[in-house]
Amino acid sequence: MSTESTLTHPGNMHPRSFTQAQLEWLPWLEPLPEDELTERHYAGLVDASRAKSPYFRLLARDPDILGARTRTDKDIFYNPDAGLPRAERELSAAAASRFNGCIYCASVHARFASHFSQRTDVVQRLLDEGVQADLGARWNAIVQASVALSATPSTFGSAHVDALRAQGLDDLAIADVVHGAAFFNWANRLMLSLGEPQAPAAA
Amino acid sequence: MNAVVSSFPDPQTLDVIDQLVGIAPGSALDRLRAQREQARTQAQQSYLALFAPAEPVAGHFEIADRFAIAAFVAGLHGQPEVARLYAEALAEQGVARAIEAEVARGAAQGPYGHYPEGPLSVEDEAGPVYAVDAVQRAVLGERLSAGLAHAHLLVFHPRDASPAALQALLDAGWRTTEIVTLSQLVAFLAFQIRVVIGLRALATPSA
Repeated sequence: MSTESTLTHPGNMHPRSFTQAQLEWLPWLEPLPEDELTERHYAGLVDASRAKSPYFRLLARDPDILGARTRTDKDIFYNPDAGLPRAERELSAAAASRFNGCIYCASVHARFASHFSQRTDVVQRLLDEGVQADLGARWNAIVQASVALSATPSTFGSAHVDALRAQGLDDLAIADVVHGAAFFNWANRLMLSLGEPQAPAAA
Repeated sequence: MNAVVSSFPDPQTLDVIDQLVGIAPGSALDRLRAQREQARTQAQQSYLALFAPAEPVAGHFEIADRFAIAAFVAGLHGQPEVARLYAEALAEQGVARAIEAEVARGAAQGPYGHYPEGPLSVEDEAGPVYAVDAVQRAVLGERLSAGLAHAHLLVFHPRDASPAALQALLDAGWRTTEIVTLSQLVAFLAFQIRVVIGLRALATPSA
């Protein structure tokens, strides 16, 4: 069966550094063909438009865990009720992705962090200099907490909670940092291990 | 299949994250989690989708093997309490002991690994490449042992992932859909464990 081999992309232009540019993603295993998607697959995809994405059509092979994962993701990042501002939820995602080395995930969430904060240059420093970059006291506390939580084993503890409180984050905002970084420890591992990023074609 | 389950999770089971953090109804953390109701519910649904999947189940990935891999992943994260929760579902003490032995052998500090050659190469960090020991391999079997090796890669050095790593799974009898579930399981655990650690720290009174 065609599904029982890996896919390789020998001609792919793999991005060589972290970037806020829009990247593509190429799967190493065969995604489900769009015309074979059933109602259950669409329920897992949540948004029907995701049927266009090879990443989501690959994950749709197990639709129930994909659906639960997607709904977890949406509440962590999009729930507008109180807690951490959206820009900083995206920052926690970008920091975890930078630390784990997921160039694709970092590109998406650095772009979102820039969009919502209007601090594109500061976000770019995180990508260029890494998680030790000085982004100002509040963002440093969020990045350091996200990084400590992402280490395996984790080194996150009450000192990080205290540092976030000192920057004015309340408990819900701190829980949002925790969930944002934790979720990207899920996403990074899928993106990194099931395919590879593709740089945009040179203009 | 080498691992066997002693009991299946009850879909009505208590919220696993609440249970692991020790969140009592009406407590501050209970109210806090209630403010992200979907994240809480769907994290639990994720757990159930992986460990008590609804029929028809995608692929043929034995439930007992799922618990064995989860116990391994939690052990590698240095979370014996979480590891115990998953290991308790294993009926075979031999499998549980083999997993414990492999957790000790697989211990490392992540993330490490390599970037594509270029400006990021200065950030490359070497680390162990893990495979199950011959003694435990005899207990766990080739297929589960290959799953554990892949889990170790995902836990500690996911940026070293490659088509070759997936080919090793295919060669050991994993099919494409089962590899997707395996990847989700390991990656979900990486999330669940960190939420538990983060919420525990939040519940600890500051000095």
